[in-house]
Amino acid sequence: MNVIWFVLIAVSVLFSILNGKLDEFTKAMFDATKASVEVCLFLLGIVALWLGITKIIEDSGLIHKFSGFFRPLISRLFRRIPADHPSITTITLNLLANLFGLGNAATPLGIKAMNDLQTLNDKKDTVSFEMMLFIVINTSSIQLIPFTVIGLLADYGASNPSAVVLPTIIATVISTVTAVYILHAFRKFLK
Amino acid sequence: MRTIGVISQLIIPLFILFVVMYGFFRKVRVYDSFICGAKEGLEIIIRIFPYVLAIFVAVKTFQASGAYDWLKDILGFAARPAGVPPEVFSVAIIKPLSGSASLGIFADIVKTCGADSLAAMISAVIIGSAETTFYVLAVYLGAVGIKKTKYLIPVCITADVIGILIAITVVKLLF
Repeated sequence: MNVIWFVLIAVSVLFSILNGKLDEFTKAMFDATKASVEVCLFLLGIVALWLGITKIIEDSGLIHKFSGFFRPLISRLFRRIPADHPSITTITLNLLANLFGLGNAATPLGIKAMNDLQTLNDKKDTVSFEMMLFIVINTSSIQLIPFTVIGLLADYGASNPSAVVLPTIIATVISTVTAVYILHAFRKFLK
Repeated sequence: MRTIGVISQLIIPLFILFVVMYGFFRKVRVYDSFICGAKEGLEIIIRIFPYVLAIFVAVKTFQASGAYDWLKDILGFAARPAGVPPEVFSVAIIKPLSGSASLGIFADIVKTCGADSLAAMISAVIIGSAETTFYVLAVYLGAVGIKKTKYLIPVCITADVIGILIAITVVKLLF
């Protein structure tokens, strides 16, 4: 992240000097601070909401029921997570939320899943393989139906807006599987 | 299609009803549990705020400085021989960085190229099959205070690039 951030900032400053867009640069910077506060305030509400709901799931023992149910599926990918660990439930709920395009639920549950995975991590400042796998699956997107995109296409008079569904599902499945393989390949070669 | 739309609408209300009922009949003090869990939210947001800020500043200034236009022009020019509409790259570059910006650019493409154009189709599949990678990375890693990311970032970038190529290929093969 250090390299990425450095490159983005350095390139932005250089280009805004070359293009004579220094005003825009400064304006964009202040816009970004405002946007980040807005996003965090919004996140505060939904993260707190879902943490409240997951707390009920934990206290009522429902989490063990869920974990038992989803374990066969999750433990195929996440081999080192112990059988009755809460992260099985939060990972599953996050993946389901993603699958149905429920972004507002997916992010808070993902954060909770990361917290649960952190309890299994021996080196707290270093990312674990399970965390990497979880993030890679999340960043390659596993949404079934892109509702926003279909809505936009329909608004602008596409003859068959839902035609994007099949290619999207195919592309998503291939890219997610590929992403998991890339992660495994990196682990193999860098060991 | 429509069934999945209905399921998506039903899933959250039904899930919450189920959780609250299960808790209530298991004699859990559901209200107190909820408050206790929600309390942790503030702490998490305070932890991730600086990460979100850092990403937003980098992404917004990158767009405003003209670096983004330059990059998409180069990629668009390079991909022209392969029969890929150059507009596609404006979405491909911005999608990993910002979700709302990519939707705005997508709307532009649909407006200028037409909703049935190849450019609109490829962009639609890219938006549907890619995620806002850097935002997810910042928020998820920030939430647990991870500093050493090993090979995670190169993996995510490689996966994004390949994902976009897959999206382009799938659309070209199907249409």
